[in-house]
Amino acid sequence: MVKKVITGNSAAAYGVKLARVQVVSAYPITPQTTVVEKLADFVANGELNARFVNVESEHSALAALISASLGGARTFTATSAHGLALMHEMMHWAAGARTPVVMVNVNRAMGPPWNIWAEMTDSIAQRDTGWIQFYGESNQEVLDTMIQLYRICEDKEVMLPGMICEDAFYLSHTVLPVDIPEQEDVDRFLPPFESAYKLDFDNPVSIGSLSMPHQWYMELRYKIAESMENARKKIVEVDREFGKIFGRSYSGLVENYRGDDADLLLICAGTMASTAKDVVDEMRNEGVKAGLLRLRVFRPFPNAEIVNLVQNAKVIGVADRSISFGNQGPFFTEIKGALYGKIPTKLLKNYIVGIGGRDVTTNTLKSIFRNMASIKDHGLDEEVTWVDLKR
Amino acid sequence: MAKPTIPTEEYMLSGHMACLGCGAPLAMRYLLKALGKRTVVSIPACCWAVIPGVFPYTNLKVPLVYTAFEVTGASISGLRAAIDARGIKDVNVVGFAGDGGTADIGIQALSGAVERGENIIYMCYDNEAYMNTGIQRSSLTPFGAWTTTTPVGKTKFWQKTQKKNMVEIMVAHRIPYAATVSVAYPEDFINKVRKAAGIPGPKYIHAFAPCPTGWRMPPEKTIEIARLATDSCVFPIYEVEYGKYKITRKVVNKKPVADYLKMQGRFSHLGEEEMKQIQEYVDREWELLLKKEEFTKEW
Amino acid sequence: MAFKSVKDVPLGPYCHLESTLINKTGEWRNMRPVLDRSKCIRCYICWKFCPDVAIKILPDGNIEHDYEFCKGCGICANECPKKAITMVREE
Ligand SMILES: Cc1ncc(C[n+]2csc(CCOP(=O)(O)OP(=O)(O)O)c2C)c(N)n1
Ligand code: SF4
Repeated sequence: MVKKVITGNSAAAYGVKLARVQVVSAYPITPQTTVVEKLADFVANGELNARFVNVESEHSALAALISASLGGARTFTATSAHGLALMHEMMHWAAGARTPVVMVNVNRAMGPPWNIWAEMTDSIAQRDTGWIQFYGESNQEVLDTMIQLYRICEDKEVMLPGMICEDAFYLSHTVLPVDIPEQEDVDRFLPPFESAYKLDFDNPVSIGSLSMPHQWYMELRYKIAESMENARKKIVEVDREFGKIFGRSYSGLVENYRGDDADLLLICAGTMASTAKDVVDEMRNEGVKAGLLRLRVFRPFPNAEIVNLVQNAKVIGVADRSISFGNQGPFFTEIKGALYGKIPTKLLKNYIVGIGGRDVTTNTLKSIFRNMASIKDHGLDEEVTWVDLKR
Repeated sequence: MAKPTIPTEEYMLSGHMACLGCGAPLAMRYLLKALGKRTVVSIPACCWAVIPGVFPYTNLKVPLVYTAFEVTGASISGLRAAIDARGIKDVNVVGFAGDGGTADIGIQALSGAVERGENIIYMCYDNEAYMNTGIQRSSLTPFGAWTTTTPVGKTKFWQKTQKKNMVEIMVAHRIPYAATVSVAYPEDFINKVRKAAGIPGPKYIHAFAPCPTGWRMPPEKTIEIARLATDSCVFPIYEVEYGKYKITRKVVNKKPVADYLKMQGRFSHLGEEEMKQIQEYVDREWELLLKKEEFTKEW
Repeated sequence: MAFKSVKDVPLGPYCHLESTLINKTGEWRNMRPVLDRSKCIRCYICWKFCPDVAIKILPDGNIEHDYEFCKGCGICANECPKKAITMVREE
């Protein structure tokens, strides 16, 4: 095993290489660019034996990969924000055609005004497209999840596309030590791709034709929902098996950090979780029973896991690095939905943080825990608070 | 007894959903006769997204990948990449799109594929409007035509722009091979597709495919009108091979454009003045084509 | 390939060739092409231009309309150089 000090984007590129991706297609956008640049280097140097389709847009990148996947190739793309938004139509198409395309999305805010910094609105907006969604906390996790994702997405009972999100700059451009797994171990873990669709000239099959209201569009959509359900257990199984081979695993869909006996339980995703872990430790030292749940997977949504893990909490805080205008933070509404009727009513609070890349510092998170402590003693102040907003 | 002048093997079956007398199935029928079974076709939204029938049936004896309206060029690039990556040999990768999917919403992906030099054949079947959605204008709808988005109305709102020249746009990409074909000339159609299949890199073929429904004419007139389009020089039949122009169907007794226009309800509102204007335009374009052929003769 | 329930439906929208031949498009027909074989010179022009592949070349070289699929567009009658095909109204 080689240890390298690399960025999240570089780690993603190593993931592509180790997964022996056959067709890469992507279009540059900050802060994703270094993923594709690195891949282009790999291909140019003969280190990665893949076709590199230098398309003219993100929309075409994904369209090309869907067809390449149907053609039987393992595929990869990377994008961010406006690029992901442009792909939206093809996001649905990838799931509908049952093509296990894997993507790295660097979470970045949407314009206007232009902003290239971290925010999760871009990927959250793709919630209903039928993609599996992971959110990474470290560069190592990005690389490891890439390899896991191919296994999950290409599973015969899943056959859906998947993405791993990295917070802009916090992961994409920050160097951290990363263990690069051995190729032979990855090969053992990840068999070659086999499409569910066969490009067979003797028994030709068409894919994607018109399907009517009375038959079978609804059934085909039900199949996608069913496969998403199958993905839940696959994610856990694959993570466990990965741990056995590589010595690292990520506790499936939700990571529980000192949450079991926590009075004040914060739920969040991405890099702010690692800052929050430090804050939890500090709070614990001060005698506050703080804890953290990190959402590793947003689709399929870990409803049951969350219900199990929040049982003992007195106050649940949800930190969203995005906002659904006209409602609340998207994680918050989903978590409320997950809990409804499953546990006695709890104090629930939504914190909108880090919009447009505003730093979520230890102070930000401490103020959140302090607010949760006050809610525990005095009851809910307001349901949603924009933290660090200049008032 | 004469012999059939085109291959008898069929790769497109009966029972499809095209309207009576539609030219579009003929384009597919000839295309596949030329290419044979080791062919994969990508089709975006257009009449041909409906013609093959509804899930779980198909009328093509070759693999078919449906794609979104604007991405035929990207889809065939991806198919080619996968086929190459897997080391599969001797496969024709074909995009088959309408005029809207080619000249309007899909022109970016097509331009990208051609510019990258992808080893593909792209066929546009041109029925001169968005027919699938009910006869709306495209940038290939000719001057003067009625469509549902260029209705005649009280203000002569009909199509006011000339048809975009897709072959020229492709030639401007320095494409190895671009050609026009027509459903009225199946032998020429098949020869050109075969020729294209033998040339590496991107190939663009523009197929004239009348739509009786949208052109407001009787279904039995499809071939006749296509022939007249060429005989009146409205739709010349030619090819451009590595920049060299060749008119592959000589026009000896040039017919008046008015003969062509008068057969179709979509032009029924036009008066002498407009017909004259169209005739002048067609003459000029034809002259230009002859000059290009002359100019590139020695290439 | 008639499916009965969601259990029979494949994972994705994969369509097999089993085929559109179940669509008897002959039912669309208002006008019926009728061939006068005595006039037919077997040039196969009608066969060549049929958008519905509904004209068959028989082993003896004669042609025959396939009324199961012929939609009655009339291209064959229009193109026949010998006027051997006439369109008659369906009952
Ligand atoms: C992004 C998008 N916009 C619009 C449509 C609706 N649409 C489907 S087919 C079509 C017109 C197709 O026209 P053309 O490409 O000329 O093919 P034709 O139907 O004439 O054969 C349109 C507008 C769509 N499917 N996707
Ligand atoms: S609308 Fe026109 S192009 Fe479409 S199937 Fe009918 S005749 Fe053919």
